[in-house]
Amino acid sequence: MTIAVEDLNGVPVLAVLGRWTAAEAAQCFDWVETTSIPAGGLTLVARIDALDLTGAYLLRRLERRAEEAGLSVRWSSPRPELLGFTDTLNAEVCAAQPLPADAMPVGALLPLDRLGRWAVHGGDAARGVIDFLGRIYAVAGGAIGHPKRLRPRSILRQVYETGLQAVPIVALIAFLISVIVAYIGAQQLRQFGAQPFVVDLVTIAVLRELGVLLTAIIVAGRSGSAFAAEIGAMKLNEEVDALRAIGLNPIELLVLPRVLGLIIALPLLTIVADAMGLAGGAMLSWLIVDIPFNQFLVRMQEAMAPTTFWAGLIKAPVFAFLIALIGTFRGLQVRETSRELGRLTTVAVVQSIFLVLLADALFAVIFWEIDF
Amino acid sequence: MASPVPAVAVHRLVNRFGSQLVHDELDMTVAHGEIFGIVGGSGSGKSVLLRTLLGLQLPRAGEVLINGQALKGLDASTLRQVKRTYGVTFQHGALFSSLTVLENIELPMLEALGLPEPIVRGLAVQKLRLVGLADEAGAKYPAQLSGGMVKRAALARALALDPTLLFLDEPTAGLDPISAGHFDELLVYLKRMLGLTVVMVTHDLDTIYRTCDHVGVIVDGAMVTDTLDGIGQHPHPWIREYFHGARSRVAREA
Repeated sequence: MTIAVEDLNGVPVLAVLGRWTAAEAAQCFDWVETTSIPAGGLTLVARIDALDLTGAYLLRRLERRAEEAGLSVRWSSPRPELLGFTDTLNAEVCAAQPLPADAMPVGALLPLDRLGRWAVHGGDAARGVIDFLGRIYAVAGGAIGHPKRLRPRSILRQVYETGLQAVPIVALIAFLISVIVAYIGAQQLRQFGAQPFVVDLVTIAVLRELGVLLTAIIVAGRSGSAFAAEIGAMKLNEEVDALRAIGLNPIELLVLPRVLGLIIALPLLTIVADAMGLAGGAMLSWLIVDIPFNQFLVRMQEAMAPTTFWAGLIKAPVFAFLIALIGTFRGLQVRETSRELGRLTTVAVVQSIFLVLLADALFAVIFWEIDF
Repeated sequence: MASPVPAVAVHRLVNRFGSQLVHDELDMTVAHGEIFGIVGGSGSGKSVLLRTLLGLQLPRAGEVLINGQALKGLDASTLRQVKRTYGVTFQHGALFSSLTVLENIELPMLEALGLPEPIVRGLAVQKLRLVGLADEAGAKYPAQLSGGMVKRAALARALALDPTLLFLDEPTAGLDPISAGHFDELLVYLKRMLGLTVVMVTHDLDTIYRTCDHVGVIVDGAMVTDTLDGIGQHPHPWIREYFHGARSRVAREA
């Protein structure tokens, strides 16, 4: 693909040679842009081996350059047929507009605009969640008299997937975190000669806070995202619409089993985390502080108030409810594109972890007030 | 247009899933510049054949040649070269949902052509008009398009790199008869103007009668190829049923 300047009876003629196809587009473009057009007008002769639409478009650009400079355009050979064919297609190509994006304010107004949008979206989301909550209660209330409508099989499957399958990772993380807490605690308590109190530290920290909180955060990352992605993919595939069209309630089939399943699974996982956390504390107490296992058990029981264990466990169903609620809610919000699916799955995880921590803070205040 | 090397050639192709033999020494030849329809019952391996032709799936045995170039054993860069000589549309369009129609068409161009963005935008608009879409459709996202527009947009993307060979999977499935008819006309028009070779999998008898030069019917794991007139005379019971059933007669008279 070249453009050669030839001489025809004293008039310079541009000969278009070689292949003008998409495969050679970059070189063709260079020739079209760099060839200087003779001042007396553009005369072209085609000796082209292959021409496709891309090549025709680029040749048309050459013609247009001459036209815009007010020069005449002539072909001394027949004008390539494809070039004539594309004339209609190429008319006013610049009329093609990119996306009609929302008119964005600039400068000082931008933060204000963001704040306004954020507030409106936040209000919509809050209304949406409350509405969703109401639907769940309505379905759950209706299902209480009819155990079959609670879908025990689906609930069991959810308990298996969100609970049993999460046991290894929950156990491992609870063990490791408790070891870290005990290790740092022992170092600090050594300054006061109060090393045996590391047992109290581990027991209370794991049972009241760490066990349940870590489990909830792991489950939010594991199952909250899975809920959003599963239901979101079903939305994209119009499966949710299909359920509605058959006369089935997606809340009853998709949301309620996940909510109830997680409410059962998370407390059970919390017990596993508590046990593994205490085991980690016991191991470190034995290795660093020289407290043998039977003594650890005795001190642990002294450190525990009757409510210590329950103060942690009682939070688990609440966290489970929040995680399942946000996960399924965001999943059902997915519309139209796969990008939405990814975005809302992320939102589900971030928001459910945030809500879990918020709820934990509220629990801490309440327990303090009622001296639980 | 006739060339000694066929656009697509398949020799003794074997595909097998577990104990199920899908293709049993299937042969197929598509000449340059023709529209070739692949027909077969549900589960006869049309889609598997198409995926094998595209190099998305390796056959158990046999070979596939695209413009005389065997797909098997090619290194990655040569395979990429071969893949740029053909365009594909998928059954449900497979437009990238996070990109606008115009961006969908531009994507292969930006990757392959090495042209500046404004030029690519112009080329993409050219393709958009070529398939009969209005300029405004270019700014829409795939989810905002009607079924017929999705098929046209997918065709525009398939034509982005000016291929000489097009593979279409059920190009008119799910369209109303009028839109399907327009699509058939577009296909014949493009074939004539651009000298395209088209291989399509289709169930649409109207499309077959309106567009195809040759039809290949997959029966019992092999392919029976003939012209439209010839295939109607074939003695195989499934083919007779297909081309002489009530639906077929209506399509042929149309």
